[in-house]
Amino acid sequence: MRAVDGISIDIRAGEFVAMLGASGSGKSSLLNLIAGLDRPTSGVVTVHGNNLAALSREQLAKYRLHTVGMVFQSFNLIPSMTLLENVELPMRFAEVDRRERSALARQSLDRVGLSGRLSHRPMELSGGEQQRASLARALINKPKMLLADEPTGNLDSRTGTEIMQLIQSFNQSMGMTVLMVTHEQALAERYAGRMVHLADGRLVDDVRNVAAPMTSSAPLVSPEPVDAPATAHATERRGETR
Amino acid sequence: MKVYDLADLAVRNLRESIFRNSLTTIGISVGVASLVAMLSLGIGLQQLASRRLQKSGLFDTVVATSRRDLRNFREQREDGPAPAESPLLDEAARKKIAQIPGVVEAYPDIRFVTDVRFDGKPHLTMVAGVPFSAKNNNDAFDGMQGSFFSSDAASEAILQKSFAEELLGIIPKAGTDTTNIADLAKPLLGKDVTLRYAERTAPPSSSGVSGSVVSDSAAYSVVSRERVLKIVGLTDLDPDSLRGTARARVFMPLKLAQDLHVVQSNLRDSSASDMPSYSSISVRVQNPNQVPAVEDAIKKMGFSAFSIVDAARSMRQFFAVLDGFLAIFGSLALAVASIGIVNTLVMAILERRREIGIMKAIGASDADVRGLFFAEAGVMGLVGGAVGVTLGWVIGRIINFGMNIYLQSLHFPSAEIWSVPVWLVLGAIAFSIVVSLVSGLYPASRAARLDPVQALRYE
Repeated sequence: MRAVDGISIDIRAGEFVAMLGASGSGKSSLLNLIAGLDRPTSGVVTVHGNNLAALSREQLAKYRLHTVGMVFQSFNLIPSMTLLENVELPMRFAEVDRRERSALARQSLDRVGLSGRLSHRPMELSGGEQQRASLARALINKPKMLLADEPTGNLDSRTGTEIMQLIQSFNQSMGMTVLMVTHEQALAERYAGRMVHLADGRLVDDVRNVAAPMTSSAPLVSPEPVDAPATAHATERRGETR
Repeated sequence: MKVYDLADLAVRNLRESIFRNSLTTIGISVGVASLVAMLSLGIGLQQLASRRLQKSGLFDTVVATSRRDLRNFREQREDGPAPAESPLLDEAARKKIAQIPGVVEAYPDIRFVTDVRFDGKPHLTMVAGVPFSAKNNNDAFDGMQGSFFSSDAASEAILQKSFAEELLGIIPKAGTDTTNIADLAKPLLGKDVTLRYAERTAPPSSSGVSGSVVSDSAAYSVVSRERVLKIVGLTDLDPDSLRGTARARVFMPLKLAQDLHVVQSNLRDSSASDMPSYSSISVRVQNPNQVPAVEDAIKKMGFSAFSIVDAARSMRQFFAVLDGFLAIFGSLALAVASIGIVNTLVMAILERRREIGIMKAIGASDADVRGLFFAEAGVMGLVGGAVGVTLGWVIGRIINFGMNIYLQSLHFPSAEIWSVPVWLVLGAIAFSIVVSLVSGLYPASRAARLDPVQALRYE
C-alpha cells in the first residue's frame, strides 16, 4: 500500500501550511518524509537545496537537528527529564557548550510562558503546558521550519487555541515556516495561509486561505534572514511507508 | 554528543530503573569478585611458595665445590683444569668468591656425622653449622620454638623436630604428623646435649692422641673431644631441606663449628697448610637473576658450581598455568554477568523504544544513540568492577582469616595466602568495563538502528 503516492508540492519560506485529510490519508507520512524521519521509496524531497532522499542517516540526523523542529500530538517529552532538561536535550546532540545551554533553554521556555515550571517533569504538567514545552524544545536549535503533527489533537479547545496562537506568533514574528498536520478543517481555516488536502495518499486540493490573519511568503517581521525562497519542495512518485 | 553528556545521560538513565540496573551491576560485581578472588588466591599462593623457596635458598644460592672433590667427577667437563691441578677451595678462595659482584655472603658448609649424647644415651646424626645470617634469611627459623643462637660462636644448638622426637623417645606413627612441636619444646629447651667429635690437629700433637692419618703429602692427628651445647631452639620446618639425604638434624653456629676443626669425612684434604679448606661453599646471591652470572664467575675460578635456578623457572611456569586456570573460572562468572548486561540493555531498548524515537526525531544521530547505550554498559561495568574488586578483596580477607585459624589449629605459622596487587585491582576494573562494552555492542547497535517512525508509534 502506498501511503503517499505521486504528490508534488512546493512550500515557500515563511508559509503557514495546514495539511488536511482523514486518518490514513497519508498526511503524517508526508510530514515524516519532510521531517527526515522516513525516506521515500522513489521521488525527491528537497529542503534548502538538499535532497533528503539522497542524504546518509548521519546527514539526516543533522538535518533533523538543525533544519526542522517537530511537535507531536502526544507531546513526546521524555518523562524522566525535567522541562529544562527536555529542552536542553537537542542542544546536547548539537554539542552546544554546556555553560550556554541552561540559559538558552530558560530563554526558550520563558518565551512559551513556562519560566515557572523549569524543574517539573512532564507528567506533573497539563497537556497545554507539555505542548508548550515541546514547542520550546522544537525551536531551541533555531530551525528553519516547524513541523507539527496534530499539535492540538490531545488538548481541549481552549488550550488548543493557546498553542495555535503560539505557533502563529512564531510564524508571524520570526518568519518561521510552519507545516501543520491536522484533521480539523476549522483550525486550518483559522490559522493557516494555505491548506493542502490529502486523500488516500494523493494530493486532492491545494488552496490559499484568504481568511487567515496573515499569509506571508515575505514575512513582515523577520529577525533571522530567510535564505532561499523555496523552502520545501516535495515530489513523491511512489512514497511508501513501511 | 560530547563524552560528558553521554556519561551524564547514561547515569541518569541507569538511575531511572535503578532496581534492574542494580541487579545487573551486582551480577557484574559477583563476576569480577570471583575473578579477583581466584587470581588473588593464585598470586598469594605463588608468593607464599616463592617466599618459602627463596628463603630455603633454592633461588639465590650457588654451591661451589672443589674439582678435587671426588664426588664431582661426574660433573667434570672438558674445559678447565684436571681435578688434580684445580685450585683448593680454601679460605682464600672463599674470600675471592665473596668479592664477586652480586654475592651477599659466601660461607663454608661444615657438616659432619657424629655422636650427640642426651641423657647419657648416644644418638648418631648429621650436625651442620648455620651462618648467623640465616636468622633472617631462612624461614625455617621464623616460626621456631625457642630462639635463634645468641651469637655466632655460642655453645648452643637448634634441633630439628624429628631429632627432638628421637631424643624424647617418641616414635611418630607412620603417615601421621600429629606431634605438637610446642609439646616437644617444653622438656628440651634449656637442656644440654653433648657433642662428641674428632678434632683435626696439626702434628705433632701432645695430648689425647687417639689416632694418626698419614697421607702422601701431609699428616694430621685426630683428637677425640666433647662439647656441651645448650638447646635453644626447636624447628618444625627443615632448614636444611636443600641437602636431601645429607641434611642435618642438629644445627650449631657456623663460627663455633669452624673453630672445632672437626674431621669431615667427605673432605679429601691433601693440604698441609694451616689454612682451612672446605668441601663446599654456599654462596648467597642478592638477586635470583644474578645466579647464572655468579655461577659462571665461580666456574672461571676453577671450581664446580651448582644452583637450582631451573627449578625456580619450572615452578613459575606451574603458577602461570595455575593462575590461568583460576582466571578462566573467574572469567566464567563474568561471562554469565555479561549475558545479564545484554539482557538488561535489550530490555531497556524495548522499554525505551519511544524515548529512542523521540531522541532521533529531535536530532539524535545513530552514533548518539549507540554511544548512549554503550556508555550505560560502560558505567555498569565501571561500577560493577569497582564493587566487585571490593567484594573480592573482602572475600579474600575472610578466606585468609579462616585459613589462618585453620593453620593455627594445626600449629602451623600463619601465612598470607592472599594477595591483591594494584595491577589486579586496575586490571579487573578495566576488564569489567571491556566485557561490559562488548556486551553492550549488540544492544547499542540495535538501538541505533531503530526506525524512529515505528518507535514513535509504539505506545
